[in-house]
Amino acid sequence: MTISFSRRALFGASALLAAPATLRAQTNARLLIIGGGFGGASAASFARRHYPDAQVTLVEPNTQFVTCPYGNLLLGGERQIGQITHSYDGLRARGVRILHDRAIGIDAPAKRVRLQGGEVLAYDRLILSPGIAIRWGAIEGFDQAASEIMPHAWIPGDGTQTLLLRRQLEAMPDGGVVGIAIPANPFRCPPGPYERISMIAHYLKKHKPRSKILALDAKEAFSKQGLFQDGWRALYGNMIEWVPGNRDGKVVKVDPRERVLETEFGTRHKVDVANVIPPQSAAAIAIEAGLTNDSGWVPVNTRSFEARAAQGIHVIGDANIPGPMPKSGYIAHSTAKQAVASALAGLRGEAPPEAVYFNTCYSHVGTDYGISIVGIFRPNADGSAIAEVPNSGGVSPRGDLPEQRRLEAIYADTWYEAITKSMFG
Amino acid sequence: MLRSMLLGLALGALALSPHAQAANPGTVIAAEACFGCHGPGGQGATGGAAIAGRDKAELTAAMIAFRSNERPGTIMGRIARGYSEAEIAAIAEFIAGQR
Repeated sequence: MTISFSRRALFGASALLAAPATLRAQTNARLLIIGGGFGGASAASFARRHYPDAQVTLVEPNTQFVTCPYGNLLLGGERQIGQITHSYDGLRARGVRILHDRAIGIDAPAKRVRLQGGEVLAYDRLILSPGIAIRWGAIEGFDQAASEIMPHAWIPGDGTQTLLLRRQLEAMPDGGVVGIAIPANPFRCPPGPYERISMIAHYLKKHKPRSKILALDAKEAFSKQGLFQDGWRALYGNMIEWVPGNRDGKVVKVDPRERVLETEFGTRHKVDVANVIPPQSAAAIAIEAGLTNDSGWVPVNTRSFEARAAQGIHVIGDANIPGPMPKSGYIAHSTAKQAVASALAGLRGEAPPEAVYFNTCYSHVGTDYGISIVGIFRPNADGSAIAEVPNSGGVSPRGDLPEQRRLEAIYADTWYEAITKSMFG
Repeated sequence: MLRSMLLGLALGALALSPHAQAANPGTVIAAEACFGCHGPGGQGATGGAAIAGRDKAELTAAMIAFRSNERPGTIMGRIARGYSEAEIAAIAEFIAGQR
């Protein structure tokens, strides 16, 4: 007897009609989630809140989650590590089984996942939210050892990389140069490098005002560019130099010992602190499972987020290539819910729900100075692609708008508080 | 058996309010997008107004006014223009049912 039948027996057919599909998970459906970041934690929370029958297991190596969002505020001296670190206890209390282990292999036909610790987990549906991997070697000389001198601080892990970069900024003398290498698209968090530039400038302006930031970019344009550059001019004068790809901004080689960033045409920039944000791909487990294409990212169904290469494996978060949607925490959060609903609908032989994906990314440019980009996205009619809803979304208005900037700085904090509570509360 | 079924029902009732139970998963997901700033369940967050349990007509009217720029917003106009009137009504009903 299924749960829905027992409801029908007790409440009659009208109650069944009123009851949402959200209560009709296949009884005891085993939902396995790999990765406890914005995608995976959101998926686990959503599944437990709306599908109380589902058995939800989350595999995540770290015992706490340090967010990428607001890591830049730590670099700017506005947050401590404890303020961007979150416990999995809330999810545990919701009934999520949490295994602090690393998933090392997926057997898609057998529907099994192997963990480093030796355990093998069977699932009915897999939600894979493994995040990104750094393409070591894409920049000559940038390997793990180099990243301990020139931190990437782009995968927080236990916070080590972000804290290392912060310590280097603290140790740098006034008048020093902070070099930041920024990759081509696509990469995790498109406005992230530019918020980072802003927050480092915020710190330097206060404590080391003679210092410079040299941002070497592989691109000619970037997210919220006009807004960022307006803010940089207004708040930081000439402190920031941004060099686009067509003016030899692309870093192709690093020398960690000399702290040199070398660009495409051989210019060697000696800096005092180097933050190398390298080219990225989907995490190794997605590549090893054969889910990625030549881009290094996972193509997915636009409604169910199932990998094109494997049914029953729903890939969410930064590891996928979701058309025009950014690799952001909010998109991971939004699509996680769609993936869970689709997975559990699929087990009942039903189609995924109607889909609308939502993103808002705030960036802090300085004190009382926030900017944002909004995007609302839907699959097109035949589901072949995802498109932004015309005439919606977009970036904050430009111009001298101190009240808009002040409010958006507050709303940025609001978002961080609310989203992390939604995920981990 | 009946006892465990009743317990399951009680838990189910806790999990979703009666209004939420009228919603389909697509509406639940669309409505939960609001919670990223208006707090879990729409209960509010520092700087994010509480919207849970507000009147459906009031919520709908606010969204329609944001959509047409009749009501000035920092960010809500850009958001509201992503949704149809029918979607706004369904989302408003869900939010109104949150307690």
